[in-house]
Amino acid sequence: MYTTDLSGKDKKKSEPTPLKQEDPKLLAAFEARVANDEFIEPKDWMPEAYRRTLVRQISQHAHSEIVGMLPEGNWITRAPSLRRKAILLAKVQDEGGHGLYLYAAAETLGTSRAEMIEALHSGKAKYSTIFNYPTLTWADIGAIGWLVDGAAIMNQVPLQRTSFGPYARAMVRVCKEESFHQRQGYEIMMALAGGSREQKRMAQDALARWWWPSLMMFGPPDDKSPNTEQSIRWRIKRETNDELRQKFVDVSVPQAEAIGLSIPDKKLKWNEARGHYDYGEIDWEEFYAVVRGEGSVAKERMQARVKAWEDGAWVRDAALVHAAKRTAAKIAAE
Amino acid sequence: MNNDWPLWEVFIRGKGGLSHRHAGSLHAADPAMALDHARDAYTRRMEGVSLWVVPSAQIVASDPAQAGPLFEPAEDKIYRHPTFYTIPDNVKHL
Repeated sequence: MYTTDLSGKDKKKSEPTPLKQEDPKLLAAFEARVANDEFIEPKDWMPEAYRRTLVRQISQHAHSEIVGMLPEGNWITRAPSLRRKAILLAKVQDEGGHGLYLYAAAETLGTSRAEMIEALHSGKAKYSTIFNYPTLTWADIGAIGWLVDGAAIMNQVPLQRTSFGPYARAMVRVCKEESFHQRQGYEIMMALAGGSREQKRMAQDALARWWWPSLMMFGPPDDKSPNTEQSIRWRIKRETNDELRQKFVDVSVPQAEAIGLSIPDKKLKWNEARGHYDYGEIDWEEFYAVVRGEGSVAKERMQARVKAWEDGAWVRDAALVHAAKRTAAKIAAE
Repeated sequence: MNNDWPLWEVFIRGKGGLSHRHAGSLHAADPAMALDHARDAYTRRMEGVSLWVVPSAQIVASDPAQAGPLFEPAEDKIYRHPTFYTIPDNVKHL
């Protein structure tokens, strides 16, 4: 569902990752392949910085899928009808699957699932800032599907052609499954916006709270995203944060208008000359604060995640012991 | 400490008559669990009619650095393709 470029989060480390001490011949061949839009596969030679960037980006993306299950899972029992419950359950199950595809893609680069999960739980690894906001009403589940998944799709569509084969293939699968997420969210908003005055107010309130965090999901502005240039050259990223953000604004404004909701931005205005909507200033201080874990529910999310992992430990251990016993019994019987 | 369950590769037959195709990977403690997980993770939308799961450690892969010596010799043997041969237009069924 969600990948947020968190580069530049630590202002001290604003230098782009340096290219260093790689065999110049191998490096040149690698650069040429990537420039030629070829895919890089796990066993191919790749620069260390490429490997590191991918492990960071793919694992952050995977963590975001997994953490994203928490706020939505919370609403399954409270969804207003059996139909909505079944849909939300299927969506949350998809997110778990997306986490799996992505962890598996990162594992092909030589990291292990255990290491990645440890990094998430210890706070060393980041996940999308969007999940550190609370989901107060049912309308929030609509807004998340429509805007948060919508922003994620905007981000992920170009990643289907990212240069690392396993990541690109995971993205193809994710994108195929994702569009129902956005449509079910919009349908929730549509139902509320067309409902009672109270329901419409709920939808408008959810849009007001989720709009800006959704724009932040595209990551810092291009001039504050030090890794963007290299990531674009290596075809890890295909479009810059600001380009994607603009696309998202352009498609979302008419969607809001169509159901009579208003985007909470007084500066939002169609710019005929640019052929795009102009929009107001994003509060980047808030973004960096949330990246640092100051979102109002950041602690709660991680506690829930760690608890689920620890509560499941005996199941994972027992499954391994059971498998070993069965293997031993089978060998003895032969 | 790495207590990860072993890694498996998942192959799906899309429909009868097609071959199994690699879909992705997953962790599972044993073959039965690998099949269950493959079914849950990779066939939620009628993607297939049959699944294979193979322990990833059992796959032997060619070395990409050897791709030249392995595959390039085929490049200059175009006489293995039917279009290499010129046959007069008036000769049919060939």
